[in-house]
Amino acid sequence: MSATEGFSTCALPNNNPDCILLGHGSGGRLTSELIRHIFLPIFGGDELAKLEDQATLPAPSPGTRLAFTTDSFVVKPIFFRGGDIGRLAVCGTVNDLAVGGAIPKYLSVAFILEEGLAITDLTRIVKSMKLTCDEVGITIVTGDTKVVDRGKGDQIFITTTGIGEVPAGVNLSIHSAKPGDRILISGTIGDHGVAILSEREGLQFETELQSDVAPLHDLAQLIIRECPDVRCMRDPTRGGVSGVLHELSEASKVSVRLDEASLPFRDEVRAACEMLGLDPIYVANEGKLIAVVPATDAERVLTAVRSHPNGRNAAIIGEVRAERRGMVTIRSRIGTERIVPQLTGEQLPRIC
Amino acid sequence: MKFLDEYRDGHAARQLAAAIKKATTRPWVLMEVCGGQTHSIVKFGIDDLLPPGVELVHGPGCPVCVTPLEMLDKAHAIARREDVIFCSFGDMLRVPGSNGDLLQIKSQGGDVRVVYSPLDAMQLAAKFPHKKVVFFAIGFETTAPANAMAVKLAHQRKLSNFFALVSHVLVPPAITAILKSPNNRVQGFLGPGHVCTVVGYEEYEPLAERFHVPIVVTGFEPLDLLEGILLCVRQLEVGTATVENPYSRVVQRIGNPAAKALIQDVFEVCDRKWRGIGEIPMSGYRLTEKYRAHDAERFFEVDMIQTVESAVCISGEILRGNRKPTDCPAFGKECTPRSPLGATMVSSEGACAAYHAYGRAEMLEIGVPQ
Repeated sequence: MSATEGFSTCALPNNNPDCILLGHGSGGRLTSELIRHIFLPIFGGDELAKLEDQATLPAPSPGTRLAFTTDSFVVKPIFFRGGDIGRLAVCGTVNDLAVGGAIPKYLSVAFILEEGLAITDLTRIVKSMKLTCDEVGITIVTGDTKVVDRGKGDQIFITTTGIGEVPAGVNLSIHSAKPGDRILISGTIGDHGVAILSEREGLQFETELQSDVAPLHDLAQLIIRECPDVRCMRDPTRGGVSGVLHELSEASKVSVRLDEASLPFRDEVRAACEMLGLDPIYVANEGKLIAVVPATDAERVLTAVRSHPNGRNAAIIGEVRAERRGMVTIRSRIGTERIVPQLTGEQLPRIC
Repeated sequence: MKFLDEYRDGHAARQLAAAIKKATTRPWVLMEVCGGQTHSIVKFGIDDLLPPGVELVHGPGCPVCVTPLEMLDKAHAIARREDVIFCSFGDMLRVPGSNGDLLQIKSQGGDVRVVYSPLDAMQLAAKFPHKKVVFFAIGFETTAPANAMAVKLAHQRKLSNFFALVSHVLVPPAITAILKSPNNRVQGFLGPGHVCTVVGYEEYEPLAERFHVPIVVTGFEPLDLLEGILLCVRQLEVGTATVENPYSRVVQRIGNPAAKALIQDVFEVCDRKWRGIGEIPMSGYRLTEKYRAHDAERFFEVDMIQTVESAVCISGEILRGNRKPTDCPAFGKECTPRSPLGATMVSSEGACAAYHAYGRAEMLEIGVPQ
């Protein structure tokens, strides 16, 4: 019997528990088993396998800059049509790097697990993360695991932090939109948020709709290659398309006018939002980017984006204007114009 | 998308707008009764397409707005109890009572849940027999059948732990109150399409005749609204006052007999207070004696809660069609959807909230014509 086992105060039902126990976060034998039986074999990689307290990474090439970002992921349900919390956690951070023009390089992963989480669920999530990392070409180099009492968490929370390399000459900024620029979105709006809603307890409705969760690194690089003057890119996650355009109009001291008829929506999303009394331009996306490009490049970029599998439904949805600074407006199908307000809290379904 | 795009067609909308302009020779004041109609009018900017003579005023048909403060306080008192699961439609959660809203009660540990259907609340009662499940049954005639069904099924299944906190209101008494008001300006009504889907429009015929006002049963899409306005203006121009139903793809004169029978079994007409307006005789529903055991107000003994409304806001005047949200000095300043002062700002369907949501406050500030 090892010293670690001797000090263990956690009552362990058997040697191979089928769910997460508090002991898995103790730093003792169970933690070590979790690392050696799940994280290391699935994630792989030399840097992680060293099991140091830190990853040591090569310095970036001269002339390039580092991009560094972090994000935490809580989603219910943890498995949903089109993805799971693991894929979401990798894509979320990768996309924040990608829309800054960075090539994603390294990822850290921190798990907060709730006591009782099935080991099979954890394994499935970890495998999904690995598959997504391979798709992107990003490496998980360090990580952490904590366990909280049953009832004190919601199955699993994941925080990922990413480092990417921004090639010389790439300078994207939310402050740089200019009047006349066009707003491009890489595909249909609201798919992720509505897909998640459709699986929530008490809200279930039948739909084939899938979350759009996907990495955007190569789509972002394609846009930069096609249009070196691209002003900025953003992924419209929480707060949706409206949230990004409000940030843009404030930061660049311009206004944005959307054209309602050009907004790409799936019929399922429109139908669900009409039924629930929600507006899809506030709904989260996890595999779409918005690019602000000079008017002269807009059609060319659109054609290029549409040639990519993740950009087939791309559209030019609006333009940047000088007047009414800080505002987002929308021209309706019947020719009237109104302001798109910023959301105060969560969208709540309307009664009728 | 079918059943949606054809009613939002820009070309057809401009044609209808041109017809309205052609038909209008004098100024007219029309009221859209329903909150959903107000929402569409502001969202699509329908009023921007109308000739200057045609004025739309926004009616009292937002159930969330007109639920009295007192009823909210009763709801909140019940929702704070440890033995209660409190179920509500989503947009009631942010409506403040005298002391916070349901979202705050939830954050403080109250078991408050959003349901889409009252039947979901009834099922919770079956699932949690040791809890008391209370459904906040608000709304006009539109929501009454589903709410009635939940109570009826709970009764049949002997779910003695299911309760409805009933605050139902009815459209015809509100229209009567508006028309009887000494400073009434409303000359024609866009009737509430969804309410009429349930109860039909027979009840509206004596109103049109008695007060000599045209009532046009109207839907919620841009073309529905424009058609309703056109028919109403045409009647006013020639001096007729009948009930017309261009929303016949949904509404029949007799309504939905099965839904009406259900309402009649579970509910009876009673006096009701309306937020911003006050008490209107015989303007609401309460549970009939047969179902009184499921009455949350009685079971939880919250009848004694009495709350007086703030006198500052002009929502009562707005609900009667006498004033517009932008007439209020507090609009968009002290009074916003985050901290509403009164009825018409509390729900997204309220006239003030709809104006605020679609930027009428900002438009006002930067001087864009309303």
